[in-house]
Amino acid sequence: MNAVFILWLRQLKRYFRSRARMIGSLGQPTLFLLALGFGLGPTFAHAGRGDYVQFLAPGIVTMGILFTAVFSGIEIIWDRQFGFLKETLVAPVPRFEIVLGRTLGSATVALIQGSIVFVVCLAAGFRPAHPLLLPLALLFMALIAIMCTAIGTAVGSVLEDMQGFQLILNFIVLPLFFFSSALFPVPDLPGAVRLAVRLNPLSYGVDGLRGALNGGFAFGIATDFAVLGGLAAILLAIAAWLFSKIEA
Amino acid sequence: MAAIIAASDLVKRFDGVTAVDHISFAVPEGIIFGFLGPNGAGKTTTIKMLTTVLTPSEGRLRIAGHDPVKEPLLVRRAFGIVFQDPSLDGELTAAENMELHGVLYRVPRAERRERVEALLRFVGLWERRDDYVKRFSGGMRRRLEIARALQHRPRILFLDEPTAGLDPQTRNQIWEFIRGLCHDENVTVFFTTHYMEEAERVADEIAVIDQGRIVAEGTAAALRQETGGRTLEDAFIALTGHSIREAEAAPVDRMRMMRRVWQGRR
Repeated sequence: MNAVFILWLRQLKRYFRSRARMIGSLGQPTLFLLALGFGLGPTFAHAGRGDYVQFLAPGIVTMGILFTAVFSGIEIIWDRQFGFLKETLVAPVPRFEIVLGRTLGSATVALIQGSIVFVVCLAAGFRPAHPLLLPLALLFMALIAIMCTAIGTAVGSVLEDMQGFQLILNFIVLPLFFFSSALFPVPDLPGAVRLAVRLNPLSYGVDGLRGALNGGFAFGIATDFAVLGGLAAILLAIAAWLFSKIEA
Repeated sequence: MAAIIAASDLVKRFDGVTAVDHISFAVPEGIIFGFLGPNGAGKTTTIKMLTTVLTPSEGRLRIAGHDPVKEPLLVRRAFGIVFQDPSLDGELTAAENMELHGVLYRVPRAERRERVEALLRFVGLWERRDDYVKRFSGGMRRRLEIARALQHRPRILFLDEPTAGLDPQTRNQIWEFIRGLCHDENVTVFFTTHYMEEAERVADEIAVIDQGRIVAEGTAAALRQETGGRTLEDAFIALTGHSIREAEAAPVDRMRMMRRVWQGRR
């Protein structure tokens, strides 16, 4: 277990030491929050849906976690060729411990990043409805972080170089985000979009987080929990298996 | 002397292409063994099989008395490796890089401290131990990688192109460190290189691989004699021919290119 801990710690050290990256990756969610939140806010209010920033904030927090987690998983491609990961592949440690340490480390980083985005949301006027439910929100954020890091790790273990990066961004990360109910309410969606949202695992993360922060779960807290927890475990297992197959 | 690395009829095929074709060799304990060959000859594939990263398609292997396929963790404990591409974490300090290695190899804490200090002093990096590796020069990084690879007292040290891209002064210095450390601790060295005069100078024994087969084996002097060449480079060209091997750019080559573009040369 020592190996798991030291690899977890490595991810955290790397995160706290590269301030530029930390601040840089705050830019995107902040931009979405400000532009969409205040741009579409009046229309949203006009439609009788209330405060859009209030609605949007959990989605933006999820976005911050999603991007940080997936990309830090995909960094494996780089890390195993030019980074320390290469060393770990010939170390007398089972691959499972290595992938677990790295993934948990990246997930922790994503969770911290999500928390910073949450603070940005507070600054933009967002107020959680039930401050006592914040631990529940944190739990959902952690599950989202683990699930997304596992996706990144799985993809990073399969890809041979960075050529596929655009592909991942446009066909995995962005669809996950846009069809997750992060930006719009589910109930009055057209059928096809609603189906896409329901099939998207991230929707359950957004819903859980929105429920915890704003009150009111569209899918139900039990469903959110079961889907998210189950998928996080399954994807982690898949990622670990794919990682163990890497022939560096 | 007993062989610490023994390969017999080793074969590796990738989708029908035979990269390593029935090679056999034995490396006696305690020597410096040079493994030479043109690009794409099968050097790296062989090292990967010896170091448990690739599974051989056929043949038998013994590394420090163990089978890399059946007992990978025991084999991994027995060797240290310096890769062709850098494998340090630039965001960590030299000491932190050493510590990570020590923990992964389960070097007991007290021994770790002592060992890290001795090794870092030897390669002249003890004063720089708390500096980030990203600020190190190419030669300093190599020295750190060598010190790291020896931290868990391996019996074999694998070096894949350890001096590629370094200036002659640094190359000489790196070899001094390798020879000094490995002689003191009776570590067997298995290395590949493109610098023939370097191989001639440091290797006790040499094997030349070409198109997946071993085409010559022996001391540098014996290879020169066999081919009538004046230097090992003459012998190498006599053995492997003049044609330039146009290997297709693999994904890793594209990544190396990107890395150079983004970060400059090491």
